[in-house]
Amino acid sequence: MSEATVPANGQHALHAAHGHETAVAATHADTHQEHPIKLYLVVWGWLFVLSAGSYMVDYFHLQGYLRWSLILLFMVLKAGLIVAVFMHMAWERLALVYAIIVPPVFVLVFVAIMVIESEYTLFSRLTFFGAGS
Amino acid sequence: MAETTISDAGYATPRPDGLRGIAADWASDQRAFKNVSWGKAMMWIFLLSDTFIFGCFLLSYMTARMSTRVPWPNPSEVFALHIGGADIPLILIAIMTFVLISSSGTMAMAVMFGYRRDRRKTAALMLLTAVLGATFVGMQAFEWTKLIQEGVRPWGNPWGAAQFGSSFFMITGFHGTHVTIGVIFLIIIARKVLRGDYDTGARGFFTSRRGQYESVEIMGLYWHFVDLVWVFIFAFFYLW
Repeated sequence: MSEATVPANGQHALHAAHGHETAVAATHADTHQEHPIKLYLVVWGWLFVLSAGSYMVDYFHLQGYLRWSLILLFMVLKAGLIVAVFMHMAWERLALVYAIIVPPVFVLVFVAIMVIESEYTLFSRLTFFGAGS
Repeated sequence: MAETTISDAGYATPRPDGLRGIAADWASDQRAFKNVSWGKAMMWIFLLSDTFIFGCFLLSYMTARMSTRVPWPNPSEVFALHIGGADIPLILIAIMTFVLISSSGTMAMAVMFGYRRDRRKTAALMLLTAVLGATFVGMQAFEWTKLIQEGVRPWGNPWGAAQFGSSFFMITGFHGTHVTIGVIFLIIIARKVLRGDYDTGARGFFTSRRGQYESVEIMGLYWHFVDLVWVFIFAFFYLW
């Protein structure tokens, strides 16, 4: 269980903690986010491909569920790549990852509330003001 | 260095994996973000608050669009450019997206060279990022000018729902402001890197504290976040 000090971390410097120096060395290694340049270039390339994909969805005038699902898929993949690799979230300690990733998920609850609210507003407008202006 | 709970023997006590580890990190009398410096944790928390701000902007835009009786203008046509006798949909937005993604790539590599203490490459990549960011803002200024000339206002536009203009100026304006602040921030940090402040331990003008190469990574977090916000604006405002 000695490696558990650095969960989800690429640099496993902490094997069988020998004592003070090992622990300190491990924490130093943790704060350094250094990865091969190839990784960044690959992610960069994928971001280009996914953006081009989003653009093509519009260019070829895809409509309906196919359009929405493709747009959302490309968006989520791009956001995931940026956060995980460029912002080094994949190598951070879980205590930080959850503190940052979980709260925005609750925005979806807000979205659901506002969808219901705006449908009600539209219903009221159509009922009392008609379809014009 | 208050890292993990320090035992009597002086070394860090092992933490369990997964949720149990999170609970242990967040338990009382603990420093929650153990291997994360204050600067980085604060930037993440600031970015979380910024996420809510942009989230609320996009939400209010969604509410306005869903509740209006008037048809929403088609962004594909509104943002088309007339090039070589043909209307190319969203072309300016596509170029802006590629510019911003490229700036994210150069920034990520600047962070990498920063940890290798390669002053020249780090500063050069950061300045290249700043140039790409400024290019983005310039293209946005062009986009705004064009739309204002076509009659788009926060209270109306020639193509449909009046709320289109207010949503557009609010969302892209706030994002453009973030990019502009980021460009200034990039130039400040790049200058410090190039001057060797992080090697000599020179004290900062504003805080009187010694800087570290981690500042480049913290700067990078902000910059990648600006790119991240654009991913959502691109999907929800321009493509939807």
